Amino acid sequence: MIHIENLGKSFTLHNQGGITIPVMLGAALTVAPGECVGLTGASGAGKSTLMRMVYGNYLSSSGSLFVGDLDVARALPRQIIRLRRETLGYVSQFLRVVPRVPTLDVVAEPLLALGTPRDQAHARAESLLTRLNIPLRLWSLSPTTFSGGEQQRVNIARGFAHDYPALLLDEPTASLDAANREVVLSLITEAKARGAAILGIFHDTGARSQVCDRLVDVTAFTPRVTA
Amino acid sequence: MTIHQREIGPPLLSVQGLTKHYGQRIGCADVSFDLFPGEVLGVVGESGSGKSTLLSCLAGHLRPDLGRYTYDGRDVLAMTETDRRRLGRTDWAYVHQNPRDGLRMGVSAGGNVGERLMAVGARHYGRIRGQALDWLGRVEIAADRIDDRPSAFSGGMQQRLQIARNLVTGPRLVFMDEPTGGLDVSVQARLLDLLRGLVRDLGLSVIIVTHDLAVVRLLADRLMVMKSGRVVEQGLTDQVLDDPQHAYSQLLVSSVLQV
Repeated sequence: MIHIENLGKSFTLHNQGGITIPVMLGAALTVAPGECVGLTGASGAGKSTLMRMVYGNYLSSSGSLFVGDLDVARALPRQIIRLRRETLGYVSQFLRVVPRVPTLDVVAEPLLALGTPRDQAHARAESLLTRLNIPLRLWSLSPTTFSGGEQQRVNIARGFAHDYPALLLDEPTASLDAANREVVLSLITEAKARGAAILGIFHDTGARSQVCDRLVDVTAFTPRVTA
Repeated sequence: MTIHQREIGPPLLSVQGLTKHYGQRIGCADVSFDLFPGEVLGVVGESGSGKSTLLSCLAGHLRPDLGRYTYDGRDVLAMTETDRRRLGRTDWAYVHQNPRDGLRMGVSAGGNVGERLMAVGARHYGRIRGQALDWLGRVEIAADRIDDRPSAFSGGMQQRLQIARNLVTGPRLVFMDEPTGGLDVSVQARLLDLLRGLVRDLGLSVIIVTHDLAVVRLLADRLMVMKSGRVVEQGLTDQVLDDPQHAYSQLLVSSVLQV
């Protein structure tokens, strides 16, 4: 479902002397449907950069990056917009939403964007928020005022609202208590069971060994600095 | 074949090489892009970068010197003035930064909305008033304010009324010039939420000009960065904001103050 070959990335900082920083070289990996692959490597090794490239958030400099049969490294913006709406979900570490929008609508939004009737989208959002232990009294409030752990759970609920065929998870269990961590791990297990291809970053080694089928160390893709 | 490979159909708007000079000075130069149904395109850049000139050319307020421009397959620049005006009343809408430019301040709120309907041929008073009421509700203006003049409204209400007036005729393409400028932040958030819902539910295509990067991040699918009348970069909104390629886009993004 996700197939990366010879992927490279560099940043050119035009306003800092036009310096070019290569950050990734020859990255390659595959994630099959129903499989969860974990990215490992020290902080700064390029795990998040790779995830962002898969999502089309960062441009790839070279190589190919297929999600389904769309090469994200070459796709047009509107193809990526469509990919994100229908095929590729992303649970980031940060919640970015319009202030004042109720939590229930934030979670239901990916479904509404797909044209799901409002009552069905809300029903799905309600069941996810219930599973993730977000108290009912918070559903009508904007998540911008929530605690870090609550915001993360809202983000997870939103990421799992639609049954995406491919999912990117950036530390989905980072700031969660034991009970909620279990809920997230079971959501991931269920997504795998229905055939979702998952690429994730898990610093939580217990979670990693529980859900990941394979690990890929991105250090292998870090360009060697020639001194 | 997966769904995302299916063709989305022809663009609603297709612009090629649009250029407008003010004497020797460049208003905008060689602007090209396609806009597809349901897409929101943000145009950002500093004051004087040509973004408002571009919007005025597209909306038919200014005549470009050069370039081609089709809407729904029709050559807009080759249309007669009458045809273009009809398009402006029916298929297009223009939301001004200052609601006073887009509203008739001496006419009631209901009249402001109803007037647009009458301009496209509606004559039945009861139905016009019913539709006006429906739209006031959608933009969260209480029904009992229908007979008040916009001069008695707050800035945020005036802006919402302007949006209702513009959308009542069911346009497919909406031009917005700094729609949240001049509003305080809490009112901005509410307006953004409203706009997002309308775009999604009505499938609107939107071109929104602003210098507020936070607004485009939340509202626009795609982004175009302009400098000195030219487009220096365009792409997916979050890609341009998080991984800008051009020197000017990098400067623009890095200059935003973090809250």
